Parts: sequence; structure tokens; C-alpha cells
Amino acid sequence: MSGGLYSMESKDFDKTLDLKKVKPYGDTMNDGKTQLSFTLPVPCNDEAIEAAKQLMKKMGFENPQVVYYKGLTDGFTFFVCYGSCIHTIDYTAIHVPKVDSVKMDMKECDEFIKQNIGRKIVVIGASTGTDAHTVGIDAIMNMKGYAGHYGLERYEMFETLNMGAQVPNEDFVKKAIELNADALLVSQTVTQKDVHIKNLAELVEMLEAEGIRKKVILICGGPRITHELAKELGYDAGFSMNSYADDVASFIAQEMYKRLNSK
Amino acid sequence: MRKSKLGLDFAKVDEARRLAENIAADVQNFVENYSTVAVERTLCRLIGIDGIDENEVPLPNVVVDQVHNNKLLGHGILYFIGNAICNTGLTPQQIAEEIAKSNLDITKLSLHSIEKIQEAVMPYINATVERIKNNVKRRKELLETLGEGSRPYLYVIVATGNIYEDVIQAQAAARQGADIIAVIRTTGQSLLDYVPYGATTEGFGGTYATQENFKIMRSALDEVGQEIGRYIRLCNYCSGLCMPEIAAMGALERLDVMLNDALYGILFRDINPQRTIIDQYFSRIINGFAGVIINTGEDNYLTTADAFEQAHTVLASDLINEQLALLAGMPEEQMGLGHAFEMDPDLKNGFLYELAQAQMTREIFPKAPLKYMPPTKYMTGNIFRGHVQDALFNQISIWTGQGIHLLGMLTEAIHTPFMSDRYLSIENAKYIFNNLHDIGNEVEFKEGGIIRQRAAKVLDDALNLLAEIEKLGLFTALEKGLFAETKRSRNGGKGLNGVVEKAENYFNPFINLMKGGNK
Repeated sequence: MSGGLYSMESKDFDKTLDLKKVKPYGDTMNDGKTQLSFTLPVPCNDEAIEAAKQLMKKMGFENPQVVYYKGLTDGFTFFVCYGSCIHTIDYTAIHVPKVDSVKMDMKECDEFIKQNIGRKIVVIGASTGTDAHTVGIDAIMNMKGYAGHYGLERYEMFETLNMGAQVPNEDFVKKAIELNADALLVSQTVTQKDVHIKNLAELVEMLEAEGIRKKVILICGGPRITHELAKELGYDAGFSMNSYADDVASFIAQEMYKRLNSK
Repeated sequence: MRKSKLGLDFAKVDEARRLAENIAADVQNFVENYSTVAVERTLCRLIGIDGIDENEVPLPNVVVDQVHNNKLLGHGILYFIGNAICNTGLTPQQIAEEIAKSNLDITKLSLHSIEKIQEAVMPYINATVERIKNNVKRRKELLETLGEGSRPYLYVIVATGNIYEDVIQAQAAARQGADIIAVIRTTGQSLLDYVPYGATTEGFGGTYATQENFKIMRSALDEVGQEIGRYIRLCNYCSGLCMPEIAAMGALERLDVMLNDALYGILFRDINPQRTIIDQYFSRIINGFAGVIINTGEDNYLTTADAFEQAHTVLASDLINEQLALLAGMPEEQMGLGHAFEMDPDLKNGFLYELAQAQMTREIFPKAPLKYMPPTKYMTGNIFRGHVQDALFNQISIWTGQGIHLLGMLTEAIHTPFMSDRYLSIENAKYIFNNLHDIGNEVEFKEGGIIRQRAAKVLDDALNLLAEIEKLGLFTALEKGLFAETKRSRNGGKGLNGVVEKAENYFNPFINLMKGGNK
């Protein structure tokens, strides 16, 4: 199905990089080459392949190629495809809200807290609601940490409690009040049907009802969470994939410091 | 003389097993004296009580709650239902319906002799035992006429959250080569103290385990099994607060495989240790009798604890789980003890260590259909690398002769599997299983080499850990966080208020009728 080892296509497009008009890169600037795979709920036949190509065109791909296809079961066909994307993005106009803290390692962070806060920071974490996954909160909090980044439990200047998974929001809030927590970490791994959004929003409401929302640094994290989403939901920060304990620790320490100084 | 490709010291294995036996016996001494609301609801189900009341409360809950609220559950639900039969001449189901309508309080009836009471319930008990025996017979017939996939069985999950959509996915997976279909339950079901009723089309990350859903999926898998000429096993989750009830439902609807592990519920769902250990005993008696292969959850320890440093906790727990299953009369051939391929991919020689551990587990439990779990912790969303990680896992599984092979999905950590993800994973496993089919028979491991040393070290560490647990007792060991680096108090967690001490009228004939398997 493929076009052979060597591409015979003419490459008569502009090959200079223009950050105002960025498109995918395969092996030549602006070739727009993109790989994708999907399944269509139709039987595996010539019409299915044509359907896949037409769909690719509607998605904005020129020269759509179906390089592999396979009937998965009666009435379902899987495709691996390539095409050249016709759309471009103005990279220079992009603005992504980010957590604005300077990343410190464990030692620097402990030192920063000693110097600037002068006491241990109390952090409570949990995977709340019906979410049974501890992997996120454990990666941030457990002594061992994740991928070589030690968890908050190992920091000298954090007093931590990891409540684990399936913690109801009310229990979480109760514990926050009981321990007079400075920061709350909420992990959400299950995001099917946006269950995490409802759950995260509910927590904010509860904290507001208890009058402690402003007293705590409220942070959420998970593979489908962005800082932007977190802000929208009323959190102080959101951490996604490739964030580690030191990212979270640095943010908490610096945010605490900021709050102390603005009083 | 047992032969080891790893040079395992079987005297140490025997010693580890002896320690595990003591640990399990100590647990069993405790278990014998107690029952739980879940065990009693199971007995309701096993004598034919099913359905819900007008508030959608399952009738087994309605019946058991009435006795429990009167603080009489220690005498056992069969005592009160048997006595109610003597008084009213109604069937157990009719009695349950009368209780639901508030027409009857079975704790307030005049009491008949224990002999009369037992005589009254025995026909219902015998009928269910027969039904389950027939299910076992039917499975055997189907396995003989249709045949089955070769081991390792390919195990895939379906998790659409809608039982009818699950059916489509399950049949597709079977056609693509899956041998076991696990229907994932909705997040949070393990913490419900009742089993929902009827066919369900909702849930997060799966739909409810209900008896009707079991029936729908069983029939769909039998249908596709006939079509492709291979018996397809059905798996669900016999864990959480309704553990033995799910076992009963599975036995009645001919499920073949059940996740069934109290330690998992204690550590990862914070279920009260006493409650779930008591529940587990009866659920394993039922699973053993019904020919169900249980899966234990040790693999999960390594999602919180480090897979390299804590490998011995998996082995120690497998040995304890084996002894607890034996005490419930379960044959070794039904013990899908869990272990996993979860080391950090950046670890040098990680594959060698994984190979050592998988081969070690195989040799220590030669008859068990070991359940081998694919990488999850270090799946990053890079599906391309993920597919390679799964390929390494597949190699070890075929090499070391694992029993139940949980298929790794390249999209692990992204979403519950798409139909195409399952296809790609099955293709990956089949390719490797075929290409490396007999490698296990061809290769032995170098004396003094990395692989032999690793296996010996894990066994030594497990032995030390078991010695420590034997001194402490299992409940204290859990309180000290010896498994999965998680501490669980014997009086903490969910479900302790459902535990009752057995009183003088307590009887449960199923234990004797079912224990020791289905002969």
C-alpha cells in the first residue's frame, strides 16, 4: 500500500520555517506529514479504505495514504494512515498559562523553606472521589518518589500525609482542618466521562463552604489535568504528566512565601 | 527430585512454605469463629433469594439487615430462614419478599428445633449445590468439545461501562485470539456493601458486576466460542465488601476466573482486614467448588513499592495466599497467583531480573496457572515504547510458562483499551509466543550468573520476611506495612461493623458440601 521506499512526490512547497505558519514535519520542512490510526465501524473492504481516505481529507490531510488496514471483527476495520496536513498554526501567538515558580531540587527547597518560612509546611494528599488509583499521588508524595525524583515525604521541611485512594472529599476537608494543612494535593487519574471535573469542583465548593479555601494552597494533578484547567476550576495550580515532586514542592514553597509577603 | 533451571534451593522453598502454612493456620483459627453480613447474604443467594425491593435494595440485604439490626446475626441467616420456613411453609424467596413488604420479622417467630430448621433449608441447599455441579460439568463438556487456547491464556479486559457494548468488545477480542475476557467493574463497586441488580449500562471505567450482567456475558462468550471453536473463559472481580456474594453469583452463572484476594482489598481499597479475610474464606470455598481459577493481586504491590527492591514481598504473599486457598479446599490447579513485570525500564539488566523472578515463581508453584501482569507503572503514554515494553513482557511469559497472561496494552495509562489496542496487543503476544514457543526448554541459566543469583536472593529475602510475619501474625504484619509499603490497622478500613461472632445455633452446610472440590 505504501508509496515505496523512496518518495517520488514533487516537493515544490516553500521549505523555509515560518513560525507564524507551523505545520507537522516528517523529513522536509513544511511537508505536513502526519501519522494516525483509527477504526471505522464498517466491514473491511475497498469501500472501507476509500471511506478512510475521504475522512482523512475532511480532517485536513492532502494525499491521504492507508498504509495498513485490518478487519478487527465483523463490521470494524482498523487503519494506519499517513497524510500531509494542510493546516498551520501561528506559534508566535500562543500563550499557555504556566505555574510560575522556579524549580528547586530537594535540598534547595528545604533550605528555601528554612530561610523564608521558618517552619515545616503541612501537606495532605489524596486521590479523591471514587478514583482508586494511587499512582499519581504516590509518585509525588512517597518517600521513594518517581523516576529519580524523591517524594515530599523525604523532604525535611514538609510534614506530609498521603491519605491514599478513594478518599471522599468531605473526609479530605475534615483532615485538612484537623491538621491545619498549608497545602492540599488532589490526584485524579480516572477521567472517563469527566468524573474528575465534577469531583474537583465539588472539593473547591466544600473548602469555600468551610471558609478555608483561601487559607490553603490547593493543587490538583493527573495525566489529563493542565494548569489552565486547574485555574478554571479554582485551584492554585495544576500539574500534568512529566511533573515530579520537586515541581510541586517548589511551587508550594514559593507560593507560601509569596502569600506571607503579601500580608 | 525437583529440577531447577535456576539452581533454586528447594529446601529453602519448603521452609518458606512451612512458615506460610503457620501464618495461614493462625489466620484460619480466627476466621472459623466469625461470619459477616456478606457471608450471610451469600447464603441467602445460595438458597435462591434474589431480586430487589421497591427502593432497589437487594433482597439478600433486606433479609440479613433485619437479623443484624436485631443483633442476632451470630446465629446465622440459615437458622432464621429455616425457622421461618418451618413457621410459614413459604420458600426462602417468598420469605424475603414478605420481609421486604414489612409483613414479616423472622427474628420474632416461635423457634423450632435445630434439626427441624436444618431439615427445612437442606432441599434449597442441595438444589444449588447440584446447579453448580452441573455448571462445572457443562464447562468440562465445552472444554472437551470446543477445546481451548494454549497457555499462557491471553487475558484481556473490556471496560466500556455498558454491558451491551462490552459484549461487542468481548466477542471481537475472542475472535482476535483472546482466551479470557475480564469484564471490568465500575470504579468504586468494591466499596458498595450490596450487589446491584439487573443489566447495567453505566459506570466509570467499567460497569457493575451483577448477576444479570454475568449471564449476558456468559451467553455472549458461549456464542462466540461456538463460532470460533474455542472455549472463552469469563473473568470478574470477586473482591471488595461483597466478595463471597460475587463468588456465589459467578458459580451460578459459570464464570471461570475471579480476582479473589483479601490482601489486595486491604492494601489497595482500605477494606477492613478482619472483614475481608473472613469473607475470603467462604468465597474461596465457593470458587474452589465451582472450578473457578482465582487470581491474586500481588502484582499490584509493585505499583506502589519498587519492583526490584520489593520482589520478595510478592513471593511471600503468593506463598501465604497459596496456603489460605488450600485451607478453603482449593486445588493448586485453580490458583492463579499473581506476579508482575514492573521494573523501571531504565534499570540495567532489568529483563534478566524479571526473567529470574518469573522462572523462580514458575518453579516454586509448578501446578498453579500463574497470573502474570504486564508493565503499568512505567507506561508513559509513549505508545511506541510501550509496545516494546509489552514485547519484553511477552517474551518472559512464554519463556517461563506463565498460566494467565494479562495482555499489556500500548495505550496503558491513556485510556481503557480501544478495540484496535486489543488487536495490536494480541498480535504482539501471538507473534512472540509463536516465535519463541519452546525457548524455555532450550535454555538453562548459568551457574553463578546474574539470573541465578537474583532468584536466590529473592527467595532468601522472602524467607526472612515470612519468618518475621510468622512471629507477628498476618494482621500485625499488615499494621506494620510489610506489604506494598502500606499500613492497615485490623480495626480500620471499611466494613468492620459487618463482622459477627458465631453463636451457638450457627450452621453453614455449604462449607462441608463444597470443600475439597467438586468430585
